[in-house]
Amino acid sequence: MRGLPPVLITAIVLVTGFAACAMQFPNIASTRVVGNLLTDNAFLGIVATGMTFVIISGGIDLSVGSVIGFTTVFVALAIERWGVPPPVAFVAILVLSAAFGAAMGAVIHIFDLPPFIVTLAGMFLARGASFLLSTESVPITAPVYSTVSDFALRMPGGGRLTAIAIIMLVIVIGGALLLHLTRFGANVYALGGSRATASLMGVAVGKMTVKIYMLSSLLAGIAGIVFSFYTSAGYSLSAVGVELDTIAAVVIGGTLLTGGQGSVIGTFLGVLIQGMIQTYINFDGTLSSWWTKIATGVLLFAFIALQQALVALARRPAAKRAGAAP
Amino acid sequence: MQNSLDPAMPLLEVRGISKSFGAVHALQEVDFTLRAGEIHALLGENGAGKSTLIKVVTGVFPRDAGIVRIGGEDIAPRSAKAALAAGIATVYQEVNLLPNLSVAQNLFLDRQPMRFGIVREGEMRRRAKALLADFGLDIDVAAPLGSYSVAIQHVTAIARAVDLSARVLILDEPTASLDRHEVEILFRIMRQLAKRGIGIVFVSHFLDQVYEISDRITVLRNGRLVGERETASLPRLELIRLMLGRELAETTSARASAGEHKAREVCASFENFGKAGYVAPFNLELRHGEVVGLAGLLGSGRTETARLVFGAERADRGQARVEGTPVRLQSPRDGVRHGFGYCPEERKTEGIVAELTVRENIVLALQAKRGLHRPLSRREQDEIARRYVKMLDIRPADPERPVGLLSGGNQQKVLLARWLATSPRLLVLDEPTRGIDVGAHAEIIRLIRELCDDGLSLLVISSELDEIVTYSDRVVVLRDRAHIEELAGEAIDVGNILAAIAADSVAVALEAHT
Repeated sequence: MRGLPPVLITAIVLVTGFAACAMQFPNIASTRVVGNLLTDNAFLGIVATGMTFVIISGGIDLSVGSVIGFTTVFVALAIERWGVPPPVAFVAILVLSAAFGAAMGAVIHIFDLPPFIVTLAGMFLARGASFLLSTESVPITAPVYSTVSDFALRMPGGGRLTAIAIIMLVIVIGGALLLHLTRFGANVYALGGSRATASLMGVAVGKMTVKIYMLSSLLAGIAGIVFSFYTSAGYSLSAVGVELDTIAAVVIGGTLLTGGQGSVIGTFLGVLIQGMIQTYINFDGTLSSWWTKIATGVLLFAFIALQQALVALARRPAAKRAGAAP
Repeated sequence: MQNSLDPAMPLLEVRGISKSFGAVHALQEVDFTLRAGEIHALLGENGAGKSTLIKVVTGVFPRDAGIVRIGGEDIAPRSAKAALAAGIATVYQEVNLLPNLSVAQNLFLDRQPMRFGIVREGEMRRRAKALLADFGLDIDVAAPLGSYSVAIQHVTAIARAVDLSARVLILDEPTASLDRHEVEILFRIMRQLAKRGIGIVFVSHFLDQVYEISDRITVLRNGRLVGERETASLPRLELIRLMLGRELAETTSARASAGEHKAREVCASFENFGKAGYVAPFNLELRHGEVVGLAGLLGSGRTETARLVFGAERADRGQARVEGTPVRLQSPRDGVRHGFGYCPEERKTEGIVAELTVRENIVLALQAKRGLHRPLSRREQDEIARRYVKMLDIRPADPERPVGLLSGGNQQKVLLARWLATSPRLLVLDEPTRGIDVGAHAEIIRLIRELCDDGLSLLVISSELDEIVTYSDRVVVLRDRAHIEELAGEAIDVGNILAAIAADSVAVALEAHT
């Protein structure tokens, strides 16, 4: 399929990296570590799935980290202070975040503004709003939280596939199906190819833009709920900078930052690579955790350079297929 | 529906269409008739109104007056999408498809075969393959469109349009980036479609192709309809006259006699100068105090010649000499260093800097020539600006006004002033009178003559043959990106230029048939 070569390279980086880690620390190659890796990065995987749609469509969503932060605070306050039953709180925040994304998409389309600016504004708005709600960390003690946290599928080898990891896997698979098998998915690629052309070809560009940002914010809302399960608290400073980790995961996963090409599976692999680097640093014990950022930075550079090379290669006339029947 | 099959009833009928942009009349009372099953060429020089007509018919621009009927029904599409729904599809030179999607997705975007909300990829590919097979293409429809040649992308665009039940197909310069073999494939497909009753509008500046494929020809000039003829009964010379010539008014020219200009010193010369795939090698001598006109149809290589001479495009063969000394001309910087100036055709995008003032625009090239280390003082700038505003009669006479607020004619004068400030030896003017009102037009021509009398050497491109005849000492005629004839002295008249443009095409036409 489209974008396969970059995805393959991402997969190769992941497998060789994992093999190298396992050589040094044999314990890494266990379902226990893999299970933890999935749990630790569940929220990132969810939000990166949404970001993949946005970036393939030629946009960017800088607000997702703030939406996650706002969601944790909102959920914590709703359950602990306002006495709202957890399911109701979840539905409320998902409706709210979806509406937030739809509004950003509408602004981008109607006023023809760069997504970068609009979602940057959204980022400040959501972060500011979460500070308005509470500046302190609010612990969540509702019984449903301990039930969900305790739930896990046993994997062979003693690993635990937690509820939030399962949620993430379901969303990644669902996202991949949505992107690659539906008309909506085809239109996302079309928008990334050229908005003007897609519009000429009959794609309802405005509706698509609204839906894409709505999807991204909705998934950021889900990621926020998952994050609140993960930390059992709501804090307005949580998930600061996550939008950048997310973009990094998407790009490392082989999605073209200029849009038009990419895949959800690649993004998932990108998330795993970031998780793997973190795990390695934890195992090593002597390295600063900031090495995660440095390694991510190096990988990003490598992938962007690689993509440019591939794009340049594809543009060479020699690479064109002949194909006209005589 | 029965109506549209009636041969007496035109498929597409355009009556009395007018369209203005501000004070410029892009189209005035234009009629156009397309029958079912015919290939109808729409011709005209740059700015004749072809593109505007297409855009008005397809709803990209709203029209000021007139009606458009398809199959006898009035339509008023407000977008390309609405025009498509009415049965009018346009395929532009720049293929309007998505190179990052597969060929199949491009053909069926937004109307893919579905089952339970899932795109039936296999079914879509099967249908795409069948559709393209109709057009004689057997390609992997799952591969990205961008991996195929422009010709295949064009055919894909046409296939999509036809499959969307288009009855009128507008092809805007479809052959501009195709090679001979690909053009043949396209023509075969066009004939097939015409046989099926689809009306095809073919816009092209390749006259050989027009004669090869079209049944009828409509010619526009300066936004007006100048003729609609059967191709078979329209001689080539007559066609070119329709496209270029105004009525051949007797022109009083101030040009020097043939004997006189021979005596002048050569300012710059180009021997066997050319670039593969751009302009065939040519010899050109430009003398002090002489205007050389470049004449030819759109796409004949006039602008290309100008860009090579200035160094904006790098020649891959030949030798340029300035005052007899061999020089390298590899960039506009080289051109400026040797005392060349170039006023491009695209005044707005390549010439003026609209936000800067008249003064800043005028000193731009001079400052660039001096380099950043020797800035012009404000006093020097003011003086230069004042001098040229006065000399060229730039209005309003306010050096501090942003150039974007001036009229086209005055913008052109500012551009002239910019180069004159560098005291050039050679000035290249590409369509200096395009888009300028009549009064300013005459003034620019007068300026060209005056500059020439001061010893400057000028190379001027224009589509207005009357104009070229008025000020040129010699005229180089171009066709198909080659210099084919040079006229001097008494030989310069509109008739001779037209004959030169038309004559060569007979030979080419013969060649194409062998």
